[in-house]
Amino acid sequence: MTIKQLSVFLENKSGRINEVTKALGEQGINMHAFSMAETTDFGILRLIVSDVDRAVEVLRAKNFAVILTDVVCISCPNVAGALAGILERLARHDVFIEYMYAFAQGDKANIVIRPTDLNECVKWLAEEDCNILCDRQL
Amino acid sequence: MIWNKNKECMSRDELRELQGKRLHKLVDMVYHNTPFYRQKMQELDLLPDDIRTIEDIVKLPFTTKADLRDNYPIGLLATPMTEIVRIHASSGTTGNPTIVGYTYRDLEIWKEVTARALTAYGVTRGDIVSVGYGYGLFTGGLGAHYGVEHLGATVLPTSTGNTEKHIRLLKDLGVTGIACTPSYALYLAEALHKQGLSAADLKLRVGAFGAEPWTENMRHEIEEQLGLQAYNIYGLSEIMGPGVAYECSCKNGSHIAEDHFYPEIINPETGEVLPTGQEGELVLTTLTKTGMPLLRYRTKDLTALMPGTCDCGRTSIRFTRILGRSDDMLIIRGINVFPSQVENVILEMPDIAPRYMLVVDRKNNLDTLEVQVELRPDKFSDDLGRMLALRNELAGRLKSVLSISADVKLVEPNSLPRSEGKSTRVIDKRVLA
Repeated sequence: MTIKQLSVFLENKSGRINEVTKALGEQGINMHAFSMAETTDFGILRLIVSDVDRAVEVLRAKNFAVILTDVVCISCPNVAGALAGILERLARHDVFIEYMYAFAQGDKANIVIRPTDLNECVKWLAEEDCNILCDRQL
Repeated sequence: MIWNKNKECMSRDELRELQGKRLHKLVDMVYHNTPFYRQKMQELDLLPDDIRTIEDIVKLPFTTKADLRDNYPIGLLATPMTEIVRIHASSGTTGNPTIVGYTYRDLEIWKEVTARALTAYGVTRGDIVSVGYGYGLFTGGLGAHYGVEHLGATVLPTSTGNTEKHIRLLKDLGVTGIACTPSYALYLAEALHKQGLSAADLKLRVGAFGAEPWTENMRHEIEEQLGLQAYNIYGLSEIMGPGVAYECSCKNGSHIAEDHFYPEIINPETGEVLPTGQEGELVLTTLTKTGMPLLRYRTKDLTALMPGTCDCGRTSIRFTRILGRSDDMLIIRGINVFPSQVENVILEMPDIAPRYMLVVDRKNNLDTLEVQVELRPDKFSDDLGRMLALRNELAGRLKSVLSISADVKLVEPNSLPRSEGKSTRVIDKRVLA
């Protein structure tokens, strides 16, 4: 019920993100979503891609520091208050979220969540009838 | 003005005779009291009586920073610890600091030479001198401090740090003299301007600047911004501290207190003594020290002795501005920093690859040190907090070893230049031209 997210260490240098997107693009790997966490001198680029194993291979060959992280992705209607409803339920169950990012398309919105306790989070989401996505559904 | 005309203006012949006598006495002392020197002299088949005149000094062995380190902590003392009244320490290359012990008499000599320097700058009784060098194990603070007191002027022991309070005291007390690093002087000037004040609000007229390399351009800038006359003061803890050499009102080379410290210039590669006027490494012998006297200590500072006499009337020989260093030591904010110290800290951190690049710069007139390190690819974490903690841990360890703060920058794996032959691990962007 979880999906693999790709995390890439990046220095704050112009052109660096492009190196990643270009390398993936050349290999026909599509990016479904990404977010960037940054500090003053480095950042972590987090990606959900179409072929995660190939992506790791491609980026490591180019000397990027890459790791895989388990995250949970849920789908909800792209309407006002939908996310609030989900987060409120998670908060009620004391699920702590380290970071999250979302992308909306048409009438659907997908939300990537990295909780501190993944199993606990998945359990509550399932119990609350949230629509958890697997790799194939992206 | 001249503090000690007898000594500072002695005829060259008389001076050489005095230096010869003092050298003989010194060699006799270290031969009998310091096993390190006795052994070195025995290896060279030398007895104290072989050293009669100052010309004989070339027969003696050199002393290096490594010798100080190898004899850590007190192996080079020539007197029992009971005679040592003070200890200073400076950073060493591989973790061992350099320890220097002073007898009461050594401190008296130090005060004397520092008073000579201050007098050469025009400081007199009635002046208030703010000492903005760090007080503590570093010789700058206490060295300048006792010189000011010995002279009979008023000392304001501001030390480093609180610049706002410093400016306030300079202003409210009408401080006339300042002793600090040249980069701190410029930083102070900028802080002054930020407060909407200028040199006209202060009464500063003399500055004694040293402990790091600086240039004529910096002199002009400091003089203009702080409204004072800026002079070089030279010293190193191994030999004594500030006061070993000093400029006079001519601002044309630094006079060495030659009755106490005998200078030679050598070719740093071969050890050959070079004639006056030629550039090379400055070597100093402490003619009168009794706590930790050193024979022919290699300072690593590159300079040239200046032929001819100075217009000020002093006969003591001068050297030119320090042109550089013959080793990889960096002087950052007056503190000695060796790349190998950084290397040692990095090697202790398992998550960091054993490679680094040091970038030294001068921002807002203050030296900065950036340490770039590579993350090990397998130690990368998606947790930003953990990555920052790693960076902060390295910064904390560096601070405790180097005594100055470094800005740690995590860079991508395999992005630092790999060594091919002699690797470039230091980029010094400070423009000293």
